[in-house]
Amino acid sequence: MSMMAEYGQLALIMALMLAVLQWLVPMMGLRLKQEWLMAYARPLAVGQALFLLLSILALAWCFVQDDFSVSYVAHNSNTALPVAYKISAIWGAHEGSLLLWMVLFSLWSMAVALFSRSLPIDMIARVLVILGLVATGFLLFLLETSNPFSRTLPSVPAEGADLNPLLQDFGLIVHPPMLYMGYVGLSVAFAFALAALLGGRLDAAWARWSRPWTTAAWVCLTLGIALGSWWAYYELGWGGWWFWDPVENASLMPWLVATALLHSLAVTEKRGLFKSWTVLLAIFAFSLSLLGTFLVRSGVLTSVHAFASDPERGVFILVLLGLCVGGSLLVYAFKAPTVRSVGRYEWVSRESFLLVNNLLLIVAALAVLLGTLYPLIIDFAGLGKISVGPSWFNSMFVPIMVVLALMLGPGVMAYWKADTFKRLGGQTVLVAALVVLVAVAVPFVMDGQFNWQVALGMAVALWIVGATLADLWQKSRKQFGRVLKLNRSYQGMVLAHLGVAISIIGVVMVSHYSVEKTVRMAQGDEAVLGDYRFVLNKLGHIEGPNYISDAAEISIYQGENRVAVLNPEKRRYNASGSIMTEADIAKSLWRDLYVSMGEPLPNNAWGIRLQVKAFMRWVWLGAIFMAVGGFLAILDKRYRAKVARSKEATL
Amino acid sequence: MRLFLLLLTLWALPSLAVVEGYKYQFEDPNELARFNALAADLRCPKCQNQDLADSNAPVASDMRQKVYELMLEGKSNDEIVQYMVDRYGDFVKYTPSFKPETLLLWFGPGLLLLFGIALLVLVRKNQNRSTAPLTAKEQARLQALQEKSKL
Amino acid sequence: MNRTLLFLPLGIFLAIGVLFWIGLGKEDKTALPSPLIGKPFPQFILNTVESGQSTNTLPKEPVLVNVWATWCPTCKAEHEFLKQLAKEQGIKIVGINYKDDDAKAKQWLSAYGNPYLFNIADPQGQLGLELGVYGAPETFLVDSQGIIRGKHVGDLNPKVWETLQQTYKAMQ
Repeated sequence: MSMMAEYGQLALIMALMLAVLQWLVPMMGLRLKQEWLMAYARPLAVGQALFLLLSILALAWCFVQDDFSVSYVAHNSNTALPVAYKISAIWGAHEGSLLLWMVLFSLWSMAVALFSRSLPIDMIARVLVILGLVATGFLLFLLETSNPFSRTLPSVPAEGADLNPLLQDFGLIVHPPMLYMGYVGLSVAFAFALAALLGGRLDAAWARWSRPWTTAAWVCLTLGIALGSWWAYYELGWGGWWFWDPVENASLMPWLVATALLHSLAVTEKRGLFKSWTVLLAIFAFSLSLLGTFLVRSGVLTSVHAFASDPERGVFILVLLGLCVGGSLLVYAFKAPTVRSVGRYEWVSRESFLLVNNLLLIVAALAVLLGTLYPLIIDFAGLGKISVGPSWFNSMFVPIMVVLALMLGPGVMAYWKADTFKRLGGQTVLVAALVVLVAVAVPFVMDGQFNWQVALGMAVALWIVGATLADLWQKSRKQFGRVLKLNRSYQGMVLAHLGVAISIIGVVMVSHYSVEKTVRMAQGDEAVLGDYRFVLNKLGHIEGPNYISDAAEISIYQGENRVAVLNPEKRRYNASGSIMTEADIAKSLWRDLYVSMGEPLPNNAWGIRLQVKAFMRWVWLGAIFMAVGGFLAILDKRYRAKVARSKEATL
Repeated sequence: MRLFLLLLTLWALPSLAVVEGYKYQFEDPNELARFNALAADLRCPKCQNQDLADSNAPVASDMRQKVYELMLEGKSNDEIVQYMVDRYGDFVKYTPSFKPETLLLWFGPGLLLLFGIALLVLVRKNQNRSTAPLTAKEQARLQALQEKSKL
Repeated sequence: MNRTLLFLPLGIFLAIGVLFWIGLGKEDKTALPSPLIGKPFPQFILNTVESGQSTNTLPKEPVLVNVWATWCPTCKAEHEFLKQLAKEQGIKIVGINYKDDDAKAKQWLSAYGNPYLFNIADPQGQLGLELGVYGAPETFLVDSQGIIRGKHVGDLNPKVWETLQQTYKAMQ
């Protein structure tokens, strides 16, 4: 029997010890004002990351070697499981995904340690102390209640229970890591904010420092959420892409707050304003990440995403949450006055628009929080059990987003400090007129009839596009050649805002112009949906690596042309006996043709679910634009210039 | 109340087709759309957060069948939803009802928005007051102080 | 910035924290409270499993109405305890054979024992729907007037019976 699991556990313990030293030693350094002690923070952070990497590699080894004497491997793997899934099974359940969380957390801390040469030593010490404290909490949690390396000895199962078939998919390989990168990345902004509060110093340099880290985390979170939506869409088999499920909400809330934080940081960096608010947002964003962790792992909420619950774990995370969030909010309450902003801005100014942006994003996040927690509140108050579903969430979220999108237009154009409605109006009135014309025309083009929701949605999205491009034109002094010479930060902003518009168009179109139908089909049967004719060519059986399935071959025709041949399956996985619907999709930019098998019917027929989803890809394409935009912004050259420590200006 | 729910459905995602949809035939396509919308707004009591439209659970199938029968009997949306609520409780409704217990839910975001705006206005007033340009009197005082410090 | 306003975020967080603390202590989070408590047992005209004859009433005394099926493994788990209740405590239990087959049910009962006064056959789940049943086993406590006084979702075991017993005694 291999000792690899023990090595993995040993590595975890080493990581814990280094994490403790990571906050203890620099903290002493700060107390005693000894820089050589503070300097230990960096190597300790690097060491911690290395040991965590060793630990997860050890777990990977156990999976690949089919070591079923390790409980976690026995519960989540199987000898017949393809290798790619054996590795991604590491994060297929609670213990391993928490280890992944910690690995990524330590990598962010290591990155901060390595790329912060130009920061004053006491500041970096404080940041790493805070990160070390959080890491200690989570590592203790991992070792105490969620050890992925526990053994099943003395009895060793001959075969594993297999990875949940829903997770035997590419989506598992990419979605959790990307999402977690976003969640834990927000810890950096959090640590910076607390360090600033504790050090009593928050200046433009601090904002310039926090911004790229926050943007990076935001990019990861954006992609992570988009990947989750995309994965649910093709994997779950019924074509839905957002359910306002508690666990989805748990990822959306930090994203909304992180978006607000990004914009608030822009003001703090540029004008030294909103300091106290930015700090609060940074705390809030990471708190929501932690809250998400709690919701998913404690069993407090029912969701198809939730990990198996265990009250002991729930209590531990709640205490961790209490210490991190409660502690930081306590520090905020006492120390916020030390980071007071001084400065003026008029009612009509970019500051004002960004303030409105923040207000709307935070209200949206709080609304989602309210809707997610409300069933719990009612339950614990003894008032029974209620549900809060998509209709409620949409009725709150959509109007807020409409107003936000409207504000986006003038917001990007407005001058800092002072501007006028007259000037802004002058810049945008033409755009507005054009936008309204096109937006009203769209529903007629799609459907032949008016639809005010589509018109409104399109108007708002096109408004963003129009205003963004108009501003781009202005800023590049009306020459195409100069567009590429504009700074990366601005280019990034343009792309990201266009991404928002693209996503809005996607959501509006897919919500109003998709058609669906469930039909009984036997071999040779045809069904018509929208412009398309679906023909069931044949039914058959497939034997996969670890499953057997009923498969259908369906040809799709548009008029005379055959547009696609799809092969949906209904799989039965050998190890667990679970049944999975594998849909097949004909993808295109303008529509998805989505076919899934429902249930077997008498006389060799099947219930087949057919869907034509208009503009589906636009929803995720927008997210990609947002992510690329954010990435560009990080590459802006001002972040790579060395900032001399002594020259930090205090505004 | 009905108008209120109607307004809600305007914001709701569109009716999706349901599992076993071929079982539920309607002559009027509007009735089919109404059926799909009802199935999307009712929750499967056994599943982990799925509506009746997408759930494979036996109880969901039974409930869909019942909704179909009630629709054929000519019952309204309110009556059908109430039928299910009478037997399974408020849990099976995805759109929360408008009761004293849920007032905070329905008005919460709106109140938060108003509170936020009030806060914004307040903070801005304070900020601008403390950084307002000096009045003539204050200018004179500043000058006097500066001259004093030169001595 | 007003001092008290700065403590607001902390206050809100603590309130949410308390909410979660209470939540963690809760026992079964998937059980739905029944809106039928205090309401009369729904009317029905169905056949019994034993005789195939039509029946439409429950006995005019406090009874347990137990929803079960042969395809339900948890029902088998609680079966011993049901027999115990019927035999040792003389509790009257009426069964509803939910979405099942009469022949299979009879076979099952003769193999594992029969604690029921009689069983109502509900092959389509119609009575189950009227009762808000969403997963076997479920047990209702019905008094002599035919009013539902209690409901339990999940298997009956000694621990559960401790609390249910109060309701049962109150029905006497």
